[in-house]
Amino acid sequence: MTFLFRDPGIYLKKIFWLFIVMAVPVLVSAQDSDDKFKIPLNDSIKAHKLKEVEVKSHRISSTNKSPVPVQVLSGGELKRTSSLSVADAMRYLSGVQLKDYGGIGGLKTINVRSMGTNHTSVFYDGLQLGNAQNGQIDLGKFSLDNIEEITLYNGQRTDLLQPATGVASSASVYLKTLSPRFKTGTKLNAGLNLKAGSFGLINPSALLQYKISDQIYGSLNTSLTNANGKYKFRYTNGTYDTSAIRSNGDVLSNRIEAALYGKLSDEGTWNIKFYNYQSERGLPGATVGNRFDYKYRIWDKNFFIQSSVRHNVNKKYSILINSKYANDRLRYLDPEITNLNGLLENEYHEQELYFSMANSYYLTSFWQIAISTDYRYNTMDANLYRFPHPKRHTVLAALATQLKIKKLDLQLNVLSTSLSDQVQEGAAPGSKQEFNPTFMASWQPFSSDQLRLRGFYKSMFRTPTFNDLYFTQIGNRFLKPEYTRQYDLGITFSKTYDDILLSAISLQADAYYNEVKNKIIAQPGNNIAIWSMRNLGLVHIKGLDLNIKSSWELSKEVSISASMVYTYQKATDANPAPNENYGDQIPYIPVHSGSLLAGADYRRIGLNYSFIYTGERYNQAANNIYNYMQPWYTHDLSAFYKTTLNGNELKLNAEINNLLNQHYDVIANFPMPGRNYRLTLSYKL
Amino acid sequence: MKNLKSTVSVFLISSTLLCSVFSCRKDPAVIPEQEETVPPNGQSTEVRGFYLLNEGNLNMNKASLDYFDFNSGIYRRNIYNETNPEITKGLGDVGNDIGIYGSKLYVVVNVSNKVEVLDAKSGKRIRQIDIANCRYITFHKGRAYVSAYLGVVGDPKAPAGKVSEVDTAALQITREVTVGRQPEEMAVVADKLYVANSGGYSPPDYESTISVIDLSSFTELKRIEVAINLHRLKKDKYGDLYVSSRGDYFDIPSRLFVIDTKDDRVKKVFNTAVSNFCIDQDTAYLYSTEFSYQTGENEVSYKMINVKDETMLDGRFITDGTEYHIKTPQGIVVHPVTKDVFITDAKDYVSPGTLYCFSKEGKKKWQVTTGDIPAHIAFHYY
Repeated sequence: MTFLFRDPGIYLKKIFWLFIVMAVPVLVSAQDSDDKFKIPLNDSIKAHKLKEVEVKSHRISSTNKSPVPVQVLSGGELKRTSSLSVADAMRYLSGVQLKDYGGIGGLKTINVRSMGTNHTSVFYDGLQLGNAQNGQIDLGKFSLDNIEEITLYNGQRTDLLQPATGVASSASVYLKTLSPRFKTGTKLNAGLNLKAGSFGLINPSALLQYKISDQIYGSLNTSLTNANGKYKFRYTNGTYDTSAIRSNGDVLSNRIEAALYGKLSDEGTWNIKFYNYQSERGLPGATVGNRFDYKYRIWDKNFFIQSSVRHNVNKKYSILINSKYANDRLRYLDPEITNLNGLLENEYHEQELYFSMANSYYLTSFWQIAISTDYRYNTMDANLYRFPHPKRHTVLAALATQLKIKKLDLQLNVLSTSLSDQVQEGAAPGSKQEFNPTFMASWQPFSSDQLRLRGFYKSMFRTPTFNDLYFTQIGNRFLKPEYTRQYDLGITFSKTYDDILLSAISLQADAYYNEVKNKIIAQPGNNIAIWSMRNLGLVHIKGLDLNIKSSWELSKEVSISASMVYTYQKATDANPAPNENYGDQIPYIPVHSGSLLAGADYRRIGLNYSFIYTGERYNQAANNIYNYMQPWYTHDLSAFYKTTLNGNELKLNAEINNLLNQHYDVIANFPMPGRNYRLTLSYKL
Repeated sequence: MKNLKSTVSVFLISSTLLCSVFSCRKDPAVIPEQEETVPPNGQSTEVRGFYLLNEGNLNMNKASLDYFDFNSGIYRRNIYNETNPEITKGLGDVGNDIGIYGSKLYVVVNVSNKVEVLDAKSGKRIRQIDIANCRYITFHKGRAYVSAYLGVVGDPKAPAGKVSEVDTAALQITREVTVGRQPEEMAVVADKLYVANSGGYSPPDYESTISVIDLSSFTELKRIEVAINLHRLKKDKYGDLYVSSRGDYFDIPSRLFVIDTKDDRVKKVFNTAVSNFCIDQDTAYLYSTEFSYQTGENEVSYKMINVKDETMLDGRFITDGTEYHIKTPQGIVVHPVTKDVFITDAKDYVSPGTLYCFSKEGKKKWQVTTGDIPAHIAFHYY
């Protein structure tokens, strides 16, 4: 194996300049001859374009007017990211670091603004995905084939009418599944999708949407993922140069989702959703000296049913009622450990019951208040030695108010969290009560609405998970919650143009300072096999997130979109002395990271390019040479072609990911795939 | 148009900014050695220096070897990779034991399933011996004995561990014997190998015995009932074995037992928790780290025992208050001539550790930064 380019740095710079040079002539010509773009457009195209611009400008305004940073990946842009799972797509958002253990089945979690994975909640169609066991959601399990939109909110979502859980974490990701839309006169939408490619991937999926009546729509979606997970990886120190095939990364999973959507006479809506996911996976282990292969296996069975009703009592008063039941089973097998019962096999069973009621009321045309109350009940069982089978009751109450006065948007909310645990063995840690305020503001300083200033302050915490508290011999019932404090100041700019090449541009820049206190960290106990969880960490995070998005109309048939994301994060260990690592960058957080996404559409053809960069990092607390990790960067290319078959749309998409075949680790000793390929065939009925 | 220009320039400036802050990958390089000088011994003895094995945290592939030269006072950190750059991914994951026998240095690397055999003088690798889930090593009459947690990996009906016998000249496994579940430390007394069994894979059904192996037939002669979850096992010069029980970490506390090998019976129990210890002549040096479920904190203590009379000593081997800086003691040895005490501090397990050298009066002579989880030391003689 050889690198295509001896010095990747030179190549990297070339790519940048290419990107810029590509943009420049376009701009120059735009300034020279505006006239040629005043040719009347073909009506249907024009209508289509107008619609697109409307959608775009709406999107731009909503993200730019938000008092907290919001990033949205949806529709075409989401497709441009050449992502298989939600996790892959999240890499294109600023302030986000993805922890990726590699491969299709490897664990993928996100860390927003260096506060830690547990501080980000993930919402699936408005309701939180729970994991009381370890508080982390594996976003690699969520395939993109039925996801319409991914939205990341720093701080919290700003809708006043939302469940109290919506304000109960330091950052939130909202996943929105495809909701049915019917062309006039049609009652049925159907789509078939087939993905295949490297790692032995075969991934068929099907979607069926049916208009039961004018008020009720139904939707059914199913997919199957099968992959052997094999890929070549390489490690070298200049003297040894070892390539091997990643093993035990096989996945077999299926997902079924069914939903009913309804409209109420008062412009309210309701929906009920059923979700079932099952998988069997190999768990690839750390590739360490003399050992690359492992035999761990994991079986997942996740199921939930959730419903949501939004009822507008009158023009001023609205109610949102959500409920959910979730049942998650996980079985883990380690065939390399034999105990008196045979091979080591652990089973975990979690259940969650959730109910929420939110109310919002307009006191005046510019002043709105809201109150929401959530109740959640979690249980966990496991066949572990001395496992206390914890049960947890959580009551959340949020009081919020919003003032919208001309150019100023002010929001304030206070969250109350009451928590109590019951355990079968040992002492329960007792109940906890916390109050957390959030303040958000957005201000338009000039008469034009293109430029806005914004800022927020949020104090939040995360409760210790069941693992933190009760995991046999590791868990520590003395743990206190882990607190975060966020300060953010930002500027947003957006503008759309009608008569020039650049049709829309938007910019978001935010500087922030975060503090994580009482960070829960595993510490050694009696011996290496036995750790205990402690409230030890103090982390200070200074960051800058920059987002630029632009759309270009080169001609009536060629449109280009380009976006860029940059993240600066100085996340330092601020634990007071004695601490040799004081001031060091915390593990796995690069100071610099960013991404580029560019796409061009011409008639039935589209081309996409994406680039991800993660700067140098350290894999442990001390910033020394032994913990140093090289920067990594990947280039992905994809192209699609659309045609019609029997009057229906047929689309073929081809991707080459990690084009330059860079071998890198996101997590030390968990190698990522080199160059890989994927083909997608979609047919809409 | 003005707007256009400004937006374009914003785009360009940002792109240029990105370019300048993005650094690229460096050429792959061998993990380098680092050197530090500490005060040399000042006293010339037959001990040239020592190797220190840093375990490295699980999955990090950071087992590493340090070397200290008593004469020059030069402490060399992470020497394996520069000496053996051709070994893929170096020493490996979780170093668990180290020993020098003859001219060879043996390093037991647990997760990497191997025993590395190096030339003791140069640190150059001679051979690798594959033993799955290997734990500790001891030597006797031209043979090395390596304990391993499982005799057979992957057999649901085989929870027992084993000891492998390695010919130190041919560097081949010659014989294997099944012992108790998850065996740990070993010692040879009168041509019999004593193996501490832990049973750590099946709490609360721990093992509670020492396996006694006849070295000529290499079969298990019997088991000595001691206490649950045995770990450390060292011999004194009076034919006694000192063996530690880890307890169950909840209700049954850690204890130290003395076995008389003449009749293979427990002859004394010290009601003191012990994580690790070493015996030099008539003195055993102990420390213990116990997690308290009452306070949620680790409690560390240091003690000494006279192994001749089997009595707890009142004296201390750290007398200058340095113990308050040691967070997680992980290894202890005593210089056979100067009687200096070396203690390693693994701290939080994910930071470089510290090696402390104390004079026999218990005053700190020097300290030096090690690799991650410094734990095992082998003296290197001229």
